[in-house]
Amino acid sequence: MSDIDTSRAGGGHGSTRSYLIGFVICAVLTVIPFLLVMNPTLSRPLTLFLLVAFAVVQIIVQLVYFLHMNRSSEGGWNLASFVFTLVILFIVVALSVWIIWSMHFHMMVN
Amino acid sequence: MNLMSNTAAITEPVAGHGHDDHGHAQGGMKVFGMWIYLMSDLVLFGSLFASYAVLSTAYAGGPTGKELFSLPFVMVETFVLLFSSITYGQAVLAMHRQNKRAVLAWLGVTFALGATFIGMELFEFSHLIHEGAGPGTSAYLSAFFALVGTHGLHVASGLLWMAVVMHQVHRRGLTATNVTRISCLSLFWHFLDLVWICVFTFVYLVGAF
Repeated sequence: MSDIDTSRAGGGHGSTRSYLIGFVICAVLTVIPFLLVMNPTLSRPLTLFLLVAFAVVQIIVQLVYFLHMNRSSEGGWNLASFVFTLVILFIVVALSVWIIWSMHFHMMVN
Repeated sequence: MNLMSNTAAITEPVAGHGHDDHGHAQGGMKVFGMWIYLMSDLVLFGSLFASYAVLSTAYAGGPTGKELFSLPFVMVETFVLLFSSITYGQAVLAMHRQNKRAVLAWLGVTFALGATFIGMELFEFSHLIHEGAGPGTSAYLSAFFALVGTHGLHVASGLLWMAVVMHQVHRRGLTATNVTRISCLSLFWHFLDLVWICVFTFVYLVGAF
């Protein structure tokens, strides 16, 4: 085992170019939401929707460009475990918010 | 495990670098184990986000996010963390080139950026507490400090880990063990940037809007 295998950093690994592309996309996807909030021009529901959309896109960009997640890394187990975690996250976050919101609604807390 | 490493070896894209790929599944399994840990960490952050969302209007007469947050400050924090992701990526690329000096240099830059982020966050926290907006003021601020503080603790432990890895690379060079360590820390570091996207979007931007 004298030679060192570096090719298993959770799948493939990028290049300087792919990191730069990822950085530029992320920078744009960061600046626009900040501008949307600092200079409010759009309606509130549209702004909130855009904030969430930009966050989701940036998360996907970082997963692909920085964490090098693709369907082949670790034989797809990286992606499978991530998708499974998303299901758990949905149950924990969305359903908690729903339960507490409807409790507040019916007890007229706010 | 055998099946998994075989599939990975077959389907792994090898274009652009000519590493031969035989029989080093153990390091890969450790990196995959790190990934599983990160997924469980994601659930931890998910529950913190859920409690923050539930308590996001429980101001108890205290200050709201709109009155407290300075968005330009948060934007600088965000870019410091984003830059540190890039510099860590450069360290990983240097590792693939077997360039020990460049690995140490890029890890050093990443460490400095991470320390800057932690310094800014501590400054923000002490500023908030000084203004009477500490975690005891309202349920909203408790949830805020719990969520952002947990992320900060993760970054701080990442810095500690990075210092240890730099010491080990300095002492022993880019051995197979150290390559696995750098790869695991790489996942951890990029993951923290991923969580920060949710923090600055849902806590700071939505809170200040």
